Amino acid sequence: MKLVTAIIKPHMLDEVKTALESFGVEGMTVSEASGFGRQRGHTEVYRGAEYTVDLVPKVRLEVLVDDDDAKDIIDVLVKSARTGRIGDGKVWSVPVEEIVRVRTGERGLDAL
Amino acid sequence: MTPLEIDSGNTAWILTSSALVLLMTPGLALFYGGMVRAKSVLNMMMMSFGALALISVLWVLYGYSLAFGDDVGFGLLGNPTQYLGLEGLMEDTDASLPPMAFVAFQAVFAIITVALISGAIADRAKFSTWLIFAGIWATLVYFPIAHWVFDFSLDAHVGGWIANDLAAIDFAGGTAVHINAGIAGLALAIILGKRLGWRHDPMRPHNLTLVMLGAGLLWFGWFGFNAGSAVAASNSASVVWVNTMVATGAACLGWLLTERIRDGHATSLGAASGIVAGLVAITPSCSSVSPIGAIIVGAVAGVICALAVGLKYKLGYDDSLDVVGVHLFGGLWGTLAVGFLATAAAPAGVDGLFYGGGVDQLWRQAVGAFAVLFYSGIMTFIIGFLLHKTIGFRVSEEEERAGVDESEHAETGYDLGTFGGGRSLSYAGSAAGQAEADTKNGQEVSA
Repeated sequence: MKLVTAIIKPHMLDEVKTALESFGVEGMTVSEASGFGRQRGHTEVYRGAEYTVDLVPKVRLEVLVDDDDAKDIIDVLVKSARTGRIGDGKVWSVPVEEIVRVRTGERGLDAL
Repeated sequence: MTPLEIDSGNTAWILTSSALVLLMTPGLALFYGGMVRAKSVLNMMMMSFGALALISVLWVLYGYSLAFGDDVGFGLLGNPTQYLGLEGLMEDTDASLPPMAFVAFQAVFAIITVALISGAIADRAKFSTWLIFAGIWATLVYFPIAHWVFDFSLDAHVGGWIANDLAAIDFAGGTAVHINAGIAGLALAIILGKRLGWRHDPMRPHNLTLVMLGAGLLWFGWFGFNAGSAVAASNSASVVWVNTMVATGAACLGWLLTERIRDGHATSLGAASGIVAGLVAITPSCSSVSPIGAIIVGAVAGVICALAVGLKYKLGYDDSLDVVGVHLFGGLWGTLAVGFLATAAAPAGVDGLFYGGGVDQLWRQAVGAFAVLFYSGIMTFIIGFLLHKTIGFRVSEEEERAGVDESEHAETGYDLGTFGGGRSLSYAGSAAGQAEADTKNGQEVSA
């Protein structure tokens, strides 16, 4: 099992979510995040005083998946989140040791 | 003598204007509150609301007497005991405007002038010292200056020196309100010193929608401030109303254009600031210029103030919300503008330099403006310095870092986080206490 995490542009969330659902993903966790990559932040000006805003708003989307699906789901994420402009984000996966569904106590793949 | 009847039209307009001007102080609280960081929004708003509470009491007790009592000498101060507690002003008189209507109208001017100063000391002032300062400052600075500028001699009544002897034109308070509060803000900003991390930590406004709403309320209330200062529902009030509208629009455009050229963007904070700059500048001049003159007063104010807010970075004082850049510079320009742009066709009936009146009115304007500037600047510095050295005007470093809302008021402005702003533990505690209470009341508590 793998945890796939995607950091994406906030306005791409709906598109990414729809793409994942069409693929058959049944659950996900979405949280607001801030950060920067190579694009860094941007500059804002208030009454002539410049402020550098380093941390740009992003959305973090997390999906637990079967090992066999991981590569496809990463592809779906990358394809649906891409605008081609700087700041599109990143997608990565890490191995997961154990998953438990809290309500029933089911474990492993049954809990997905 | 046949008693005059109360003029209900005038009285209604003055009472309405008083309520409009009162709303400016909560409007200012929003305008200022949105500009500070989220951790000080409540303290910022409380400085305005504190002034609203305190000055309304002082005004009734002795403030009105100091400002509008019979002059005690040289046009400097009203007799402080003449209307003590306003006891003598409740009876029906033969005046066309009830004295209490005038008391009400002038009260709200005193309140907002004090509140304006607070923008210079955002994020770092002790609330208790602010209130003590507000009371002393109103007593020693505002009430006397209101007497100088707003108390006109009539029949046996002798008023203040700027209004009567100097005959400077300050229709609604370019000197008494804006230059006064602006220079006082500068004095306090210097005494309290810079905020921790000034020019280094990000201090951008936390909520510009509040700022826009505040600017809107200020503009709305300002029609009472200026058009109400005609003290009648008259032609003069109507001219003033239109001048107030158009100068403000022009100032907003002037500020936005300056920003667009200098920084590349027209900002919402610039629009809000331009609105206030225009309102400030047209305050003294609204009765003496034509509508075209008002457009010039406003447009120039927008440009001057947009440039003046940058001075603090060059000179190194942390006037946090630009009381100096907007109110001092806007007030000075508006007051002097009367000397240049006044036209005899306007209600005040005086020609300025550009309308063939020579420099006669201009020097009167300059003397009035600088008299208020020096008196207020020196007095504020003394009052602020003494308070700072005795009871302290500034919170501790630790408290400032944590935020003045928490240290001064034990509150948080916003609780928007999923986990109760990181206070889940204390909430869990109180929720448990509540559950216990519910059980005691015999109610079922679901798990």
